[in-house]
Amino acid sequence: MPFLETQFANPSGAHRMARASRLAIDDAREVAAHALGFDPHGIVFTSGGTEADNLAVRGVTSATGTTALCPATEHHAVLHPVETVGGRTVRVDAGGVVDLEHLAAQLHPDAGPPVGLVSVMLVNNESGVVADLDAVAEVVRRHAPDATLHTDAVQGVNWVDVAAAVRSVDLLSLSAHKFGGPKGVGLLAVRPEVPLSAQLLGGGQEADRRSGTHNTAGIAALGAALAELTATRDADVCRIGALAARLTDGLLSAIDGCAETVTRSSRAAGICQLLIEGIETEALLVLLDRFDVMASAAASCASGAMEPSHVLAAMGVDRQAAAGSLRLSLGWCTEPWEIDRAIEAIPQCVKQLR
Amino acid sequence: MREAAAMTQRERSAASSPLRSAATGGPLLVAMSGGVDSSVAAALCLEAGHEVVGVTLKLWGGPQDQGCCAVSDVDDARRVCQQLGIDHFVFNYAAEFERDVVEPYVDAHRRGLTPNPCIACNRHVKFDVLLDRARRLGFDRLVTGHHVRISARTGSPRLQRGTDTAKDQSYVLYMLSGADLSDLWFPVGDYHKDELRTLAAELGLRTARKAESQDVCFITEAAGRERFLAERIDLHPAELVDASGQRVGTAPAVELVTVGQRKGLELGGAPQRRYAVDVDIAARRVTVGGVSELAARGVRLVDHRWASGAVEGDVLAQTSAHGAALPARVDAEGQLHWREPQRRVAAGQAVVFYDGDEVLGGATAAGPLT
Repeated sequence: MPFLETQFANPSGAHRMARASRLAIDDAREVAAHALGFDPHGIVFTSGGTEADNLAVRGVTSATGTTALCPATEHHAVLHPVETVGGRTVRVDAGGVVDLEHLAAQLHPDAGPPVGLVSVMLVNNESGVVADLDAVAEVVRRHAPDATLHTDAVQGVNWVDVAAAVRSVDLLSLSAHKFGGPKGVGLLAVRPEVPLSAQLLGGGQEADRRSGTHNTAGIAALGAALAELTATRDADVCRIGALAARLTDGLLSAIDGCAETVTRSSRAAGICQLLIEGIETEALLVLLDRFDVMASAAASCASGAMEPSHVLAAMGVDRQAAAGSLRLSLGWCTEPWEIDRAIEAIPQCVKQLR
Repeated sequence: MREAAAMTQRERSAASSPLRSAATGGPLLVAMSGGVDSSVAAALCLEAGHEVVGVTLKLWGGPQDQGCCAVSDVDDARRVCQQLGIDHFVFNYAAEFERDVVEPYVDAHRRGLTPNPCIACNRHVKFDVLLDRARRLGFDRLVTGHHVRISARTGSPRLQRGTDTAKDQSYVLYMLSGADLSDLWFPVGDYHKDELRTLAAELGLRTARKAESQDVCFITEAAGRERFLAERIDLHPAELVDASGQRVGTAPAVELVTVGQRKGLELGGAPQRRYAVDVDIAARRVTVGGVSELAARGVRLVDHRWASGAVEGDVLAQTSAHGAALPARVDAEGQLHWREPQRRVAAGQAVVFYDGDEVLGGATAAGPLT
């Protein structure tokens, strides 16, 4: 890791060591722009997806004196900033798909303060539902021509040809740790002419859109991981999709009272979310942990406690059913034997708890 | 100290130490509040050679809450588990706590009762849903840091006062049945509080000097009971009358008056001390009187819980968490008759029966026997 050891110079300097750091950042910027279908000048490196989401929502609405809209199923990194700028949420259907009629109604001038930004995540982090951003963009352009469209693609970049999926999108958030990069680095990609006011003020880095000394090592690693992801994504999606299907089928046949939360065709390849009747996931996760199966339920709060899933609630799943939701995530490093282990362990643990 | 904290579970069980151990057996789940008692309880379980897992319950409040289960308490519990080298989980029982503890607490005040939310929490959360989960997860016993012991003197296990009588918590645990007790362990019940703090300090646990928790965990000291209840129910001014029905003053909220209370009653220049003797919530009227009018010969009781079968005859009865246990008799109907008249017990409070240090059972006060 040269940028943590010998090549430690601040990339904003003028000397040769600084130029070496700057080169690494500019290389990563170009990799990201190419992978995402944005202009290199539009890549703003951040400390991660949450900062990128905050910059998009707060940066656009404060630059334009507007408010924001997002579906009720967004990640809290979007939901909370949208709440903070006085924004409103848009309904989703039982399958987790954005209700475009409700979106159109919320964009109407009579619905409230003018909307300057609509944020719809590319792939939902709990259900795995993939959004049709072209369809969302069409509604936004028709009903609020001045509004921008943002997507949190943090969960989507592994599973979807992002550049194609976000053609109609104005801003995009990404976090390196979701595709093999380190935690603590991400980016906001911004189309030219999108009004954006900086939320961190200081030395004016990132074209005055995000001040703060660059995380050179993190940014270089983000670039390397994103290049690797782009080269291997199609093959990985194919392989992981087959593993996820085997896992889901195995669990559905071994556990009575078990169902997928959304249809398989509507979700990303590596996210498998199930509702299991008669158990509480909080207890299931303790048992699975003892079997070396590391899974998750919904979101955790600051104390580490599981919170009821706002995503499932927005999809109309009642609280008791949602308490039995299990989210299994697969990635590029998932191996077939791990699927076998999960198919063996999970039904056993469910049986013990029931 | 740091070396002690860094010891692994196996090293510690092999090492000699000043800790006294009791139970033996398989895996234990320790409910850890982030306080010193439950921290040492976990250490004592390790010392006794068990596999130990810690769990902290999230019962109330958001991340900023300063009352019970604040994030800082969860942090402390997790850090102690890290220091002891054991796994730590957080269980979210906020919905159960709201339904079984907070709502009944508010509703009881609306009906003019004086509830004990700690007892409701023990009955419905810690020793119901948590104990049930511990069993389902395959733990041999659930362990807590309560200052009580389990006596096996009479075959079936019985709850017994803690060694440190000033810290004894048997009053708030009277509802535990023999079947519950065989799945529980209270290792700190054999220790005095000072000894526990010393043990925690020797192990380098960050909770060694932590202050005692407050009375009602979900009501912050700053906001107080009145504001908490005022946000949830309508409070109504009360008229104060004496035994003859003569109006003698007012109180700001009838729902906040407890039988036996003296403070907060606006009695214009009354010559002697006067107490709330009776609360009529429907009429919004509080009867006040002197100590003699507060006295009752016994307590009408409902909702009995017996350790092992109903008891009739002489007992010692305790009517508050750290009150004295006084001689009384339980009749065939389960009503309590004091040997000497005692102050009235507010309806809604628990009355717990003892045989020496052992809990025979308890019930909820419904009014005085006069």
